[in-house]
Amino acid sequence: MSEALVVKTMEEFVAQGKQPEILFWVGSAGSYDDRAKKISRAFVKILNKASVDFAVLGSEESCTGDVAKRAGNEFLFQMQAMMNIEVLNGYEIKRIVTCDPHSFNTLKNEYPSLGGKYDVVHHTQYIKELLDSGRLSLEGQVYKEKRITFHDPCYLGRANAVYDAPREILKKTNADIVEMKRHKKTALCCGAGGAQMFKEPEKGDMDINVLRTKDALETNPNIIATGCPYCNTMMTDGIKAHEKEASIAVLDVAELIANSI
Amino acid sequence: MEYLPNILFGVILFAGVGYFVRNVQKLQRNIKLGNDVDVNDNKAQRWKNMLKIALGQTKMVVRPIAGLMHIIVYVGFVIINIEVLEIIIDGLLGTHRIFAPLGIVYDFLIGSFEVLALLVIIAVVVFWLRRNVIRLQRFVKPEMEGWPKKDGNLILYIELVLMFLFLTMNAADFQLQQLGAAHYEQAGAFPVSQFLLPIFDGMSISTVILIERIAWWAHIIGILFFLNYLYYSKHLHILLAFPNTYYGKLGPLGKFSNVEAVTNEVKLMLDPTADPFAAPADDAAEPGKFGASDVMDLNWVQLLNAYTCTECGRCTSECPANQTGKKLSPRKIMMDTRDRLEEVGKNIDANQGKFVPDGKQLLDDYITKEELWACTTCNACVQACPVSIDPLSIIVEMRRYLVMEQSAAPTELNNMMSNIENNGAPWPYNQMDRLNWVNE
Ligand code: SF4
Ligand code: SF4
Repeated sequence: MSEALVVKTMEEFVAQGKQPEILFWVGSAGSYDDRAKKISRAFVKILNKASVDFAVLGSEESCTGDVAKRAGNEFLFQMQAMMNIEVLNGYEIKRIVTCDPHSFNTLKNEYPSLGGKYDVVHHTQYIKELLDSGRLSLEGQVYKEKRITFHDPCYLGRANAVYDAPREILKKTNADIVEMKRHKKTALCCGAGGAQMFKEPEKGDMDINVLRTKDALETNPNIIATGCPYCNTMMTDGIKAHEKEASIAVLDVAELIANSI
Repeated sequence: MEYLPNILFGVILFAGVGYFVRNVQKLQRNIKLGNDVDVNDNKAQRWKNMLKIALGQTKMVVRPIAGLMHIIVYVGFVIINIEVLEIIIDGLLGTHRIFAPLGIVYDFLIGSFEVLALLVIIAVVVFWLRRNVIRLQRFVKPEMEGWPKKDGNLILYIELVLMFLFLTMNAADFQLQQLGAAHYEQAGAFPVSQFLLPIFDGMSISTVILIERIAWWAHIIGILFFLNYLYYSKHLHILLAFPNTYYGKLGPLGKFSNVEAVTNEVKLMLDPTADPFAAPADDAAEPGKFGASDVMDLNWVQLLNAYTCTECGRCTSECPANQTGKKLSPRKIMMDTRDRLEEVGKNIDANQGKFVPDGKQLLDDYITKEELWACTTCNACVQACPVSIDPLSIIVEMRRYLVMEQSAAPTELNNMMSNIENNGAPWPYNQMDRLNWVNE
């Protein structure tokens, strides 16, 4: 990306004696995965555009431990959680935004009883806030009349009942939002959760992401929208398996919004 | 001799109810083999869930056809059982249709029972067709072979027989009323059974009385049999759905339990003032086992879940792993848990109330690692279950055992976890590079 992004760390905020509005929890995928890094950048572009005073933890951020917990390693999860909580509480963080539904879920639901109590929102919810309050407005019409179908991430949808925020902001791009047969509560998983992202699937007759992409293809979309870096990888691989990568794009909601401002 | 039928009835009733109570006690004992879990919070919400999900069947109607049919059978069964009250009083006192003096109310009651009975018969036939002729996918999965399949059909047959006995009893009674037989006063309305009257054409009063009596006795004995069949069947859900929806998971589905024993250890490790070499306090409880390899390691709500499962397969039909041909089936997780729990219960019965290790456990002997590792923790099964069962929590508990007690995770996951330990990320990247994405 050409434009320079403005990203300050908590350390810098403290040095200036200031508190940010929000902390952007980038997450491991958003920090290291090539595809997910673009999503982080798109989200920062939005934050910069709306002049949000936000901070990141930078090298003080560590894996939330979510994936270890789902794999059964409660020990590693709680080690990670407590180290992160120490950092977050040290900085007196109140509000956290993240592009990763897995981080969102664990920070919001599983950190509190370990001593980490924050107001945690998913980036689609935060973008909706920015749009609703008028801090951000969409001018671009690049997606006008494009068919977009949104794939519900399990840890945003079923796990936390956030179904509307991503759809509402997608509508603001003037795109045609088309629903897959199974969506919201009955949405099919992309296949990445529960630590599956990091291993080969068990023996079966199909890969889950290929099946889920089939659901999406039935809506005849131009774009498959996601709200999770892992779903994004899965759906991208899925359209490759269906040999549709030339005609269909897989983009995060943040990228669709960033391209419309 | 005059009181012989009353005494006989009393004995049968006592035996039927007594055996049922014994089974309920066994059920309670088995469920209590599970670990304690705090479910005393949010009482108001829990009552609400029970009323909505168990009584109101809100989750059944997600699938409209099955949902509607199920509500008919359920309402029919509950309401027709008011009739059982009358049968019991009549049986004990030697009266006949003791509620008859209710007059028009009685007519209305009997009339509606009959209509419901007919609807139940129709619904049961539809259910049977779905299982045996249409063969809906979720009813023919591997875990349904053998007893579970038979059980499903047997319940339908019993219901059918009970409904026919009820209608036959009424029809014979109606015929006797019209013939002016002694003790058979005009009472009740018979909108359905009236069509059965031609059967009795030309029969003598005593023959019709015989038929009426046989149907009456068979009906009540059938109900007592059914009551005692529950314990051995997936049909236990008609009772356990209520406590199970009460104790079911509250709050966001994505919230997994934090293991307290681990919290204590981690705190100790991170506490710079703690002396790692200090001898454990004398009263310190022996550190429990992490995770679950057998049913006793699960908590009692999970065991209640297992007994409540109706084997409907809604969970399995929504499961992404199962849909793509993996071995995992959340229904099987629940059925295995129940089967193993029953086995442990029988072991306790046979050994004077103490469990004697039998060289078996839930892990491997029932649920394989392959099944456990195929789960994406997507919560589709939990969402789909009409009686608030949480198969995912059992899967996670067993993964905890595999990882924390056995270090038996798949190699790729072990790599991922050592990356987190060393670099604070599931990939082998340097933590100092966490912010490089900004300028790329
Ligand atoms: S949580 Fe696991 S068992 Fe349940 S539906 Fe999802 S993949 Fe299947
Ligand atoms: S766990 Fe629930 S959804 Fe699954 S078979 Fe049992 S009752 Fe049906």
